[in-house]
Amino acid sequence: MSYSKPPFKEKYGNFINGKFVDPIGGQYFENTSPIDNKLIAKYPRSQKEDVEMAVDAANAAKESWGNTPAAERAALLNKVADIIEANLEEFALVETCDNGKAIRETLNADIPLSVDHWRYFAACIRSEEGSATELDQHTLSMNIKEPLGVIGQIIPWNFPLLMLSWKLPPALATGNCVVLKPAEQTPSTATLLMEKIADVFPPGVINIVHGFGPEAGKPLASSSKVDKVAFTGETTTGQLIMQYASKNLNPVTMELGGKSPNIFFNSVMDADDAYLDKAIEGAVLFAFNQGEVCTCPSRLLVQEDIYDAFMERVIARTNAIVQDNPYDVNTMIGAQASNDQYEKIKAYLKIGKDEGAKVLAGGAAKELDGDLANGFYIQPTILEGHNKMRIFQEEIFGPVVCVTKFKDEAEAIEIANDTLYGLGAGVWTRDAHQLYQIPRAIKAGRVWVNCYHAYPAHAPFGGYKKSGFGRENHVMMLNHYRQTKNMLISYDKNKLGFF
Amino acid sequence: MKRIKITEAAAKVVAQLQEQHGPLIFHQSGGCCDGSAPMIIPEEDMYLDESDVLLGEVAGINFYMNIDQFEYWKHTHLTVDITEGRGASFSLEIPLGLRFLVHSRLLTEEENTALNKNQNTNS
Repeated sequence: MSYSKPPFKEKYGNFINGKFVDPIGGQYFENTSPIDNKLIAKYPRSQKEDVEMAVDAANAAKESWGNTPAAERAALLNKVADIIEANLEEFALVETCDNGKAIRETLNADIPLSVDHWRYFAACIRSEEGSATELDQHTLSMNIKEPLGVIGQIIPWNFPLLMLSWKLPPALATGNCVVLKPAEQTPSTATLLMEKIADVFPPGVINIVHGFGPEAGKPLASSSKVDKVAFTGETTTGQLIMQYASKNLNPVTMELGGKSPNIFFNSVMDADDAYLDKAIEGAVLFAFNQGEVCTCPSRLLVQEDIYDAFMERVIARTNAIVQDNPYDVNTMIGAQASNDQYEKIKAYLKIGKDEGAKVLAGGAAKELDGDLANGFYIQPTILEGHNKMRIFQEEIFGPVVCVTKFKDEAEAIEIANDTLYGLGAGVWTRDAHQLYQIPRAIKAGRVWVNCYHAYPAHAPFGGYKKSGFGRENHVMMLNHYRQTKNMLISYDKNKLGFF
Repeated sequence: MKRIKITEAAAKVVAQLQEQHGPLIFHQSGGCCDGSAPMIIPEEDMYLDESDVLLGEVAGINFYMNIDQFEYWKHTHLTVDITEGRGASFSLEIPLGLRFLVHSRLLTEEENTALNKNQNTNS
């Protein structure tokens, strides 16, 4: 079965104060599909004035929204989930068109997961309790959680609706109003969502402003009328946003990517069974979402005594990946999100080969026919080398895995931690000791054990080291969007006696 | 002997952006999404200190990289180039529908000796 490009309007507006509005300066940018490099629609090229309008709308709405009962806020979050679910196919199709990923993924991962994140945070805010402690017979310490106010959120293009659904629900659930800037490569599903839920929230609670980083992102990140900024992206922009936030003494949360190791111990090959089959697939998950995942398992570490036998099967499975029209449900990987990404990945394939890496699979761009000839396709690639090579140290953000051998547990841990980043890692073993000890020794926020690339709500996700900080997808994210008001109450009628 | 150079096409874009925005720098980014690419930003925006290594000057502006990252890059020569593409990030060329990127090659033995001789570890 195959889908085709969905219909779009000629142009779209920003969503500010409960309605779609044209950008004040009247400028738009053309958004193209990476599938065929053809125009999708025009989106606002917003400037500082547009951002200010959205921030003002959010500030005007924050008092009332912050005082809305949790039960009501939760009900509205659930309503959004229901609306996305009822239109799942439409969201999936628009996402595939805008991002280039295979429809199989948007139908089965991006959109259903988005639905669940809205429901999860509705449940969190409805079920949590504050705390109170009797410090002594007459003194009560009571903690009340209060919203920060207005949140600025800047999200990436690799999972457009899902990243929006990681960021918006916890901020809204806690009673904040939000100004969100989608990535300029993928403005479509955020816009579609606003079309579908325009009347769900009071005006000003959610505001979506499109545009470019330096023109719209920077004014949002540096606004003195914003109380917190949450960002997912790369390190230089992350540092800039933290600097801007420091001027306002604002808190931030950062998710800045990684270079995640996926470690296979020799016991995985103790039997040729369902588990081994799962492990082989686990090694090939580097190609999931064209490798455009912050936690892409892009460093494959295989114990030396199983290396040849294991890699033979990984290579065969990689060569069996179907790369074709992303609208076809049989296609396993689609297009890279943009031409500059495509060029960057090719530059990494080149330096990898220059550094002496051996190509075990793929190794070049993929030429497809017809309309797809103008799209941005890269073959799933396995490069063999060592951990000091640049391809082992930098996030390529393509379907490229770099494989190396290790001798024992100590060397596996040493290689795994020899990286600037610490977002994700995978550990595969049948050994009960290793199942616990190896994940504990790895400096990363998420270690998948005998699995990989699962992102359920209710499991905290965030980085160590230069991968950032903050823990999304979990109830603990609520406190990244709140203040604690401590009321210290005396029930003692007697004075201190000091004066 | 230099670690870094720039293509003519990229240098033109630097000149254009400098006219528009004033003094600029390049800072090599890492990590997710649009990372692993150089960002061009207003000089005054970035807090630079001893953790930022100056790789050299291209098209009249300084090119910096974090020292931790430099450890893994110092054996390679970089060429800043420009390509079409809708990138994200705060880099100033984004609105032009263009994106800077780096092409890399290994330093020759002669270059490596000259550029990295004061380093403790040669890669």
